Amino acid sequence: MLEILGKTNIDFISKRNYAFLVSGVLILLGLITLVQVGRGRANLGIDFAGGTAVQLKFEQPIRIDDARSLLSDNGFPDAELQEFTNGNKLLIRVKQKNTIQEDVANRIVQTFEKGFSQNRFVVDSSTEIGPTIGQELQKKAVIAIVFSMIGIILYIAVRFEFRFGIAAAIATFHDVLAVLGVLYLLDKEITLLIVTALLTLAGYSLTDTVVVFDRIRENLKYRRRETLEQVINSGINQVLSRTIVVSLTVVLVLIALFFFGGEVIHDFSFALLVGVIVGTYSSIFVASPILVLWKGSRGKLLKRA
Amino acid sequence: MLLGITVLVSIIFFLPSTPVYNKLPDWWKKYMPSRGVTLGLDLQGGIHMVLEVEEEKAVENLVERTATSIKEYLDSEKIPVQSVKRTGSAELTVTVPDAEKKADVEKKIEANFPNFVPKESSGPDLVFSLREGEVIRIKDSATTQALETIRNRIDQFGVAEPLIQRQAARQIVIQLPGVKDSKRAKELIGKTALLEFKLLDEDSPLARTLPLSITPSNEETFTAEYGSKVPEGDEILFERIVDKQSDEVRKRPYLVKKRTIMTGDVLTDARVNIGQFNEPYVSIRMNGTGAQLFERITAQNIKKRLAIVLDNNVYSAPVIQDRITGGNAQITGSFTTQEANDLAIVLRAGALPAPVRTLQDLTVGPSLGQDSIRMGIRATILAGILVILFMVIYYRMAGVIADMALIINLIVLIGALAALSATLTLPGIAGIILTIGMGVDSNVLIFERIREEIRQGKPVRLAVDGGYDKAFLTIVDSHVTTLITALVLFLFGTGPIKGFAVSLSLGIAINLFTALVGTKVVFDFINSRWKLKRLSI
Repeated sequence: MLEILGKTNIDFISKRNYAFLVSGVLILLGLITLVQVGRGRANLGIDFAGGTAVQLKFEQPIRIDDARSLLSDNGFPDAELQEFTNGNKLLIRVKQKNTIQEDVANRIVQTFEKGFSQNRFVVDSSTEIGPTIGQELQKKAVIAIVFSMIGIILYIAVRFEFRFGIAAAIATFHDVLAVLGVLYLLDKEITLLIVTALLTLAGYSLTDTVVVFDRIRENLKYRRRETLEQVINSGINQVLSRTIVVSLTVVLVLIALFFFGGEVIHDFSFALLVGVIVGTYSSIFVASPILVLWKGSRGKLLKRA
Repeated sequence: MLLGITVLVSIIFFLPSTPVYNKLPDWWKKYMPSRGVTLGLDLQGGIHMVLEVEEEKAVENLVERTATSIKEYLDSEKIPVQSVKRTGSAELTVTVPDAEKKADVEKKIEANFPNFVPKESSGPDLVFSLREGEVIRIKDSATTQALETIRNRIDQFGVAEPLIQRQAARQIVIQLPGVKDSKRAKELIGKTALLEFKLLDEDSPLARTLPLSITPSNEETFTAEYGSKVPEGDEILFERIVDKQSDEVRKRPYLVKKRTIMTGDVLTDARVNIGQFNEPYVSIRMNGTGAQLFERITAQNIKKRLAIVLDNNVYSAPVIQDRITGGNAQITGSFTTQEANDLAIVLRAGALPAPVRTLQDLTVGPSLGQDSIRMGIRATILAGILVILFMVIYYRMAGVIADMALIINLIVLIGALAALSATLTLPGIAGIILTIGMGVDSNVLIFERIREEIRQGKPVRLAVDGGYDKAFLTIVDSHVTTLITALVLFLFGTGPIKGFAVSLSLGIAINLFTALVGTKVVFDFINSRWKLKRLSI
């Protein structure tokens, strides 16, 4: 029997104050990001902010500085450039609300046709998004997050108990906020795909929390003499090796995606990678300690379980 | 048994997407599914657009046209009015200088133009507004008509499996998979294609002072200089001239009368022909009413110039030599054969009832799509190998069973995607890969439980049963919660996100099935065959 961890007996609950401190910082970071998003200061992708993105694939390598000066000479001083070295690809983004009316995508392509006439290229992709769509997508993203949260709290409240649902929801929010904060710190662009990643990791983190809760619920039934802290601690320890093994496989998969999935899902897999780590941490150090703080009555749970 | 059938069916559905399919016998292709997995636009390249119909413009156009007809009608009744003008989005004002005639004018307009109701009257002005119900009807039919027209145009352009759909009240979603010349396709779709015939105003002194042509960059100074001098009822429109040698674009201004004497809705056909100097032109044919009208107009305006205007651009302004009967006319201008072809298409399909605005436009070139597929497959295989290796190393024989379940999962998942004709997008591939990772979760939960039972000294058979029993609820709970998020993503997601949600929720459901039923059967089979004393887990 190969084991990463043998039978463990780590006292997770007693370390909850450190955990709350760390999580507090993470949540604060996430909240700041949310405020920045609301103020329009965060690095929102064009699918939310509106604008134009054009990706060109050149035959020969190009110097990004040349491209930048060419663009600013031709009326795009605000264009953001990003280079993908495999395949001489260049991504040009212009984040302005009315790029679609001004036919920016076409003008960029023409600018490069003239400016780099020796270096032929093909248009890999071009995206133009008007401001109305951006707002619609923002609204939909918010609705999606709210609805999935409500659905999950309801499900857990029915299957377990209301406070379990709330604890799981807090842990999940914590994860989403933490990843959002990390992305903000690294100045990653928040796109529709990133929101998808956030929702996926919400699902993952929940699965993780549910597994731990499930064991705690089971223990509450059989170990009636022990204190709540002991019951919760042993629950976490019992599922610890499962938690580690699953996180490890998911991380393996995400690493494959991160390095070989191509530029489109690069940030997506990065967000999930951070999310898995935070999600594993939160089901142990955030969700379970909340149950200790918010004790509730054991009897009620017993009848329902 | 059940599992075997499921896998077989999945493979049958998935086959058309693999190279093997082409080598299969004909009877197979005839009776078995042939679609395979539909690739999303991001994987096969193409255009995804969201357009918005500017419905108010349709209302304004109607009011504008009615104003012209009211003026013509009053003229023919010999009632002198100063002007009939559109003064609001759904309002028009008739200015009657003779106060005594006002009541009469109001009654006549009400009787002959029942869609308009008198709203107020002050001084010489009579204000009429379009009925509320009529406004709604026009707005609604504008989008429906635009949808029909765009569908016609795309059909004639020739795109395999286009998707053209109404979304929300006034938006139209268009998906054109595999279209390579995106610029041309967009022009074809977005052009209003309103064809108008207008007379030139050659009597005005301004007409003689206009420059022969200007460069497009000079347009602002031009408007500043001449804009204020344009007489009432006239406007300046431009013709685009391209120099064949230098490709230089210039614009020639024309002073034309605002009043449209005929529009393109009388057309029955439009074809491209090649003229004697090898230049393409479009010949148009009109229906009976159009032909009669055209004959009358040409007869009344011999030796005058008639401008052929498309979307406010003059194509040509020939001198009418003689009365033209039969309803045939030609549109010449400096265009290439392809431009002439596209012009013929839009003229045949008809004009959009109102201009459309592009809200969203995603274009993916075919090379990016192929890159993405290649990378997606590579990442999937790599992720699969990593997980399979890990499971075997960590759980030995049980790991092999879990790996089999994993592979079956993947096959069934892809088969299910094909069977449901779901669209596979790049995020969809990410979703598949993610299910590989999450798919082992249930097996890990079960195996850890079995290990616990074994540690307590239970015999193999009981340990396996106990492990499955105890992990059951946990697995159901954890899958349902993930399923909830996946479902919400599916409901509120758009385009690529939907693809992700589809593969993730299918993956979770299939995984639930294989984990709870599939692997257990294998364990039981091995157990009953060899009566294991020790379990390799």
